[in-house]
Amino acid sequence: MKALILFAVLALPAAPVLACETFTLGDLTIEHAWSRATIGADRPGVFYVEIKNNGSADDALVGISTSAAGMPMLHETVVTDGIASMPHAMSIPVPAGQNVQLAPGGYHGMLMGLTTALKDGDSFPLTLTFQNAGDITVPVEVLSMRAEGPDCEHAGQ
Amino acid sequence: MILGLGGVVGSVAFMLGLGALRTRDVAPTHPLLPLPVTAMDWTLTNHRGATVTPADWIGRPVMAFFGFTFCPDVCPTTLIDISDWLEALGPDADRLNVVLISVDPERDTPAVLADYLSNFDPRIVGLTGSLSEVQKAAAGFRAMFEKLPQDGDYTMNHTAGVFLHHADGRFASIIDFHEDRRFAIPKIRRILT
Repeated sequence: MKALILFAVLALPAAPVLACETFTLGDLTIEHAWSRATIGADRPGVFYVEIKNNGSADDALVGISTSAAGMPMLHETVVTDGIASMPHAMSIPVPAGQNVQLAPGGYHGMLMGLTTALKDGDSFPLTLTFQNAGDITVPVEVLSMRAEGPDCEHAGQ
Repeated sequence: MILGLGGVVGSVAFMLGLGALRTRDVAPTHPLLPLPVTAMDWTLTNHRGATVTPADWIGRPVMAFFGFTFCPDVCPTTLIDISDWLEALGPDADRLNVVLISVDPERDTPAVLADYLSNFDPRIVGLTGSLSEVQKAAAGFRAMFEKLPQDGDYTMNHTAGVFLHHADGRFASIIDFHEDRRFAIPKIRRILT
């Protein structure tokens, strides 16, 4: 058993990219959890992630919490008649068999009241709360302010 | 049959009309389209502290958008896209006036804009000023913005597209926020020729 664990540890890539790790919670898989660096702690941070529902029952992301921000919340960028607004999203549906992305220009977590500036290369834990599957805490990798997402293909995953 | 033919003739005439509208560039007085730069009236300050008026833009094509530095999603996404387009266009893009006009002048002072823009392509210029001058600039582009309270703080709703004007000030086109990004570079090339 010990040998098996040792093997599992050794089998990890030499330089793991956190955002490329996959986490499982029941029928859900969660990956590509990332954020952008901020200038100072006054501006809100952002949180993006990809959630796949491999099961046959619908679920929904109903909240996020993190020690990195006093007021994390779910938002959606909506462009209506060319005007961008960011209404709160009370719940983000994760339908059975589907892949849901919190990605630039759409659904995203908004991290208001950052406890500290987010720096490129840092990471922080964030707990996702699902209506049915419950809670899971994942590490969120902070990428540069110019990042468009983690580059997992080149990270060997 | 005659009706059908009439319909075809009508639609061809309509398309020709549209074509003429496109090639001739749209009448500057259209109530819903951005004004030509020459008809705009505002005075703003750039992130280096210099005063800028519409007259300063004449002679170089303009790529402008509205945003603010406290914006977590739309504005960094647009700035990243613009930085990528400028890199793809290479030295040709040096001839562009590329501007972010802040809709949040209360927080976005020239120094704040300078700090923020240092993370993106150095050709992007930030503009800010008094609320009334920013409102005049928005009116010129037929853009809108509004301040919304948000959990003890505030955020801004604002027009998200990127406006393109020719070097002589005529309005050219808009790159919409959710438009396929492959169409952006040809649109920018059109104002560079």
